[in-house]
Amino acid sequence: MANLELLFSIAPVLNIQLVLSGLFVGAIFALAAYGLALVWGVMNVKNLAQGELVIMGGYIAWWLSIDVPVWIGIPAMDFRLFWIDFLPISVPAVAFLEFMKPAIHPILGLPVAMVVMFGFGWVIFKLIICRVIDKDLFTSLLATFGLALVIQQLLNLAFGPEVQIAESGFAIRSFFGGMVTVADIKFICLVLAGILAVVVVTFMKYSRMGQAIRATAQDPRAARVMGIDTERVYAFTFSLNAAICGAAGALISMVWVIQPFYGMAHSIRAFVIVTAAGLGNLPGVIIAGLGLGVAEFYSGFILGAVLQQFTVVGLLVLVLGVRQIQQSRHRQPVR
Amino acid sequence: MTMWHRMIPKLVLGIAAIALVAAAPAGAKVEGDTIIIGSAISFSGKYSTNGIHASNGYNLGVKRINEMGGVTVGGKQYKLEIKYYDDESTPLRTAQLFERLIKQDKIKFLLGPYSSATTKAAAKITEKYKIPMVEAEGASRSLFTQGYKYLFAVLSTSEQYLASSIALAAEIAKKNGRDPSDVKVAMAFENDPFSLDVRAGVIDDINKFNMKIVVDDKLPRDLSDMSATLIKVKALNPDLLLISGHSKGAATAARQIKELQIDVPLIAVTHCEAAKIVDKFGASTNDFLCPTQWAETLSYTGKYFGSAADFDKLFKAEYEGYKNVPYQAAQATAAVLVWKEAFERANSFDTEKLRDSLAETNMQTFYGNIKFDQTGKNIAKPMVLRQIQDGKFNVVAPTKWASHPVNWPRKAQ
Amino acid sequence: MAERGASPLIAVGRWVHGLDPNMRRIVLYGCILAAGISAPFVFEAYTFAIAVLWVMILFALTWDILGGQMGYNSLGNIAFFGIGMYICAIVQIGLYYDVALYTAHDGAVNIHYTPEQYFTGLALGIVAGGLGAMAFAVVFGLIVFGLRGPYFAIGTLGVALAAPELIGAWDYVGGGGGISLPNYPGGPDERSRLFYYLCLIFAFATFGFLKWLYSTRFGLAINAIRDDEEKAEGMGLHTMRYKMIGWSIAAFFLGLSGAVFGNMIGFIEPLEVAFPTVTFGIFMIVMCLMGGKGTLWGPVIGATLFHTIKEVTWAHMLGWQWVALGVLIIVTVVFFQQGIVGWLKNAFPEWYGITVDEAVSAESDADIAARLTRSEAAE
Repeated sequence: MANLELLFSIAPVLNIQLVLSGLFVGAIFALAAYGLALVWGVMNVKNLAQGELVIMGGYIAWWLSIDVPVWIGIPAMDFRLFWIDFLPISVPAVAFLEFMKPAIHPILGLPVAMVVMFGFGWVIFKLIICRVIDKDLFTSLLATFGLALVIQQLLNLAFGPEVQIAESGFAIRSFFGGMVTVADIKFICLVLAGILAVVVVTFMKYSRMGQAIRATAQDPRAARVMGIDTERVYAFTFSLNAAICGAAGALISMVWVIQPFYGMAHSIRAFVIVTAAGLGNLPGVIIAGLGLGVAEFYSGFILGAVLQQFTVVGLLVLVLGVRQIQQSRHRQPVR
Repeated sequence: MTMWHRMIPKLVLGIAAIALVAAAPAGAKVEGDTIIIGSAISFSGKYSTNGIHASNGYNLGVKRINEMGGVTVGGKQYKLEIKYYDDESTPLRTAQLFERLIKQDKIKFLLGPYSSATTKAAAKITEKYKIPMVEAEGASRSLFTQGYKYLFAVLSTSEQYLASSIALAAEIAKKNGRDPSDVKVAMAFENDPFSLDVRAGVIDDINKFNMKIVVDDKLPRDLSDMSATLIKVKALNPDLLLISGHSKGAATAARQIKELQIDVPLIAVTHCEAAKIVDKFGASTNDFLCPTQWAETLSYTGKYFGSAADFDKLFKAEYEGYKNVPYQAAQATAAVLVWKEAFERANSFDTEKLRDSLAETNMQTFYGNIKFDQTGKNIAKPMVLRQIQDGKFNVVAPTKWASHPVNWPRKAQ
Repeated sequence: MAERGASPLIAVGRWVHGLDPNMRRIVLYGCILAAGISAPFVFEAYTFAIAVLWVMILFALTWDILGGQMGYNSLGNIAFFGIGMYICAIVQIGLYYDVALYTAHDGAVNIHYTPEQYFTGLALGIVAGGLGAMAFAVVFGLIVFGLRGPYFAIGTLGVALAAPELIGAWDYVGGGGGISLPNYPGGPDERSRLFYYLCLIFAFATFGFLKWLYSTRFGLAINAIRDDEEKAEGMGLHTMRYKMIGWSIAAFFLGLSGAVFGNMIGFIEPLEVAFPTVTFGIFMIVMCLMGGKGTLWGPVIGATLFHTIKEVTWAHMLGWQWVALGVLIIVTVVFFQQGIVGWLKNAFPEWYGITVDEAVSAESDADIAARLTRSEAAE
């Protein structure tokens, strides 16, 4: 109650801070959720490794932005990477990496993260995802859960469990006598997220591949008959999703924090947003994403930080429950 | 329904046979001229940063003792060796692995895991089997109220972590002509056994001075964000902000304090050194207060590593990538030294004799003096409070150890 | 004479082979039971590890009720384990002390129980843990059972992730600080054996109960739900009732195991010990899939194999074990979904009393696939 009083009568200006903070991260949540909706809608794969792809993108941007070679992320972790010494390529490879590391700004790291994640997505598709598309629905959930575990742990082994931040070095502005602060980087990230969304939507609408993706989503069989290589469409869609996640991750690493085990929370957020908004509903995804961001901050403030995480999972169960009531009213068969 | 019942027993037998062959007991407590000490520590999971600091400390202690001729028991020289398991940062695993160390590997001498939660689980097991354990990383004071007889801790307990920062705030208030009871305190503690225990200690101290608590938030363990709490802090203008959440909490706090431009005159954060916040956040961490179990600038000396500064130098030479040696490593090394002296004093491998010998420990080391009370905690060593002053950690409290005056108020960067 | 080395085994094999099926079953169960009962004396050092094995078998069996037999894949069954654990702890302490007072001091109050108090508390706590978990299953069921397919899996995962966050915020049970459970009033080996036998009894009880259950109408009904829920409903089955009962049974046994396991560990807290969603919660699914879901023996074999491999290799992999687990999940799910028992059924159908019609099976999968491709091309 004291918190409510503080918020609405003592310092109402804090509302601005909470809403702003929520919107900035919410935009990034929406980005990752859009990727999930894409993969879900097109090939009916529920990707539980979504958050891990995000975090991975974050690590790429972060790694590019620091000037220390990566292997020293954790002291005395050589025993885990001992094999590196046995590979004949390791010496030139490490030398190359060190040469290549004139720490670039994380904003420039964003396109790199997208490209790398696109390639990673392609590999993952060929290795795993293409084998679960036509299996039952639980298979894709569990297989991507396994993938999530592998990515988390490899990130942990490579970079250690510490919280990392890609420093942008930009200024922080304060308003209302210091009661509201906005880091420039947050604003830039919001704009970047917006631009990315526009680019992706334009791509989906007007490019050949975008049209093929939409056609496949509507009816894969018909698309195949019309000469669309659906296998390639699937591969491209998953890679595109990975790239979007990579971008989201790069943004998260600049405005928030990354850590190998934070992926699960992002996956859950993506599921909350997509379930609330429905597939193929971009405005819905954006609104739900922004709303979730704001809701998280308000619950952290009013209920206490200890329930902030609960808000996300609680909302998931709540949204699913509401959907269920709607469904039972319509008696639609669920696919 | 005919043949397949025949299949099952074969399978089960086969599996049992594999299990028996593969899991045959590996090693006993003393093998030839080697004494094997067991430990399960966090090599993976959320505590692995500190788990690795601690295992580095253990290893350096063992290396040093072996270089100096090892341990002499019954006129014979023994080398030390540690058998490690990875507890994955969860007490669930710790309990299983300590059972395994004691029952399957037949190890009779143990070093503790990292964190209070895992130590609580480990102590239940060691007490059950009456196997002595010297621990260096479980500070929770509730470990020492259970009447455990086989648990010995070289470090200071959790209520001391932030006590001197509260005393400091009271002192400053008095100097400025205010009553300590006017001091407003904001607290953000991680929701885990260690931090909650620190919090319990803090509340006792706050009540002693009759200070006001204006924010009292608990942070979930997997929280990547504490800005909601910090926004509250901003509105309420406390005189002292206390934060405890292992390395992860320290890093998140440092980032968001900078971003939200929190200008509380005194900010105390645990685990600053382990989180390397100075390297990561530079000048914005200036004037943070950081409680520490040990500092390389303190005037302790002992016969194994020389002075605290000598240890610091040796440790940095041995392990790459350390700018500051975290106290987690230093106290782990000290735990190994305690074992060494206990073996020699008992002159035996009998666990009861060793327990009594451990209880008699009274030694001077680079880490500070070590002397256990009835409950097994070290009462001979204080905690000190350091302040980050221009990127350097300088001791500012308690007065007896202070090398620099405290900077007050903290300037927001 | 050359045969002598192997002859006892062969002789036993012949003897078993000669028995009638009923006798054979009794011999089999007798052997396993005897091995289980004697284990803490024969392999004394492994008592704890084998006790965990029984718990794992119980996990896999209970997961299979819904996941295998009913086709409802839950990612959140572990919630009942934790709920059972916490209810048991509250009962054990609450019977003789004020729980809030005990936890407020972070375990600083040291409880001394007389043996009588301890055992009363433990017995009541275990029963309450099982029943309480069952009650929660009914409540959760109302929330999640309208959800189908992946929504059900995600919904249950949500429940399992929400539970520890809520308990962590609940000061009455010590929040994230956890609870140190009362100390056992006897010797260490006696304590190990007591908890070992409790685990053993619960695992056997689960197995026996499910064996009976699957042979009744109930087994057929939940199989019908798995095969086609709409039709099952159309045929007049109260699917909701079956789902609820199935889940409550799983919850009851999980609650019992949680109650015992908490006492075995001695120190419980919400996130890592009581609700280990990414360890035990996932293990139970992997074990079930490895052994073969939808069968009675599959989960048992899967759990035995998984736990054995894990005990032998896990502790030596210093960080890589999780990568290995992830890869194992992917490989099991993607390439080996039928599990060991499923594979055996395919490879040796006659062992399972399945008669194979040569004429039908002559048309192999490859032929069917080829025909399908042709017809697709013809479109």
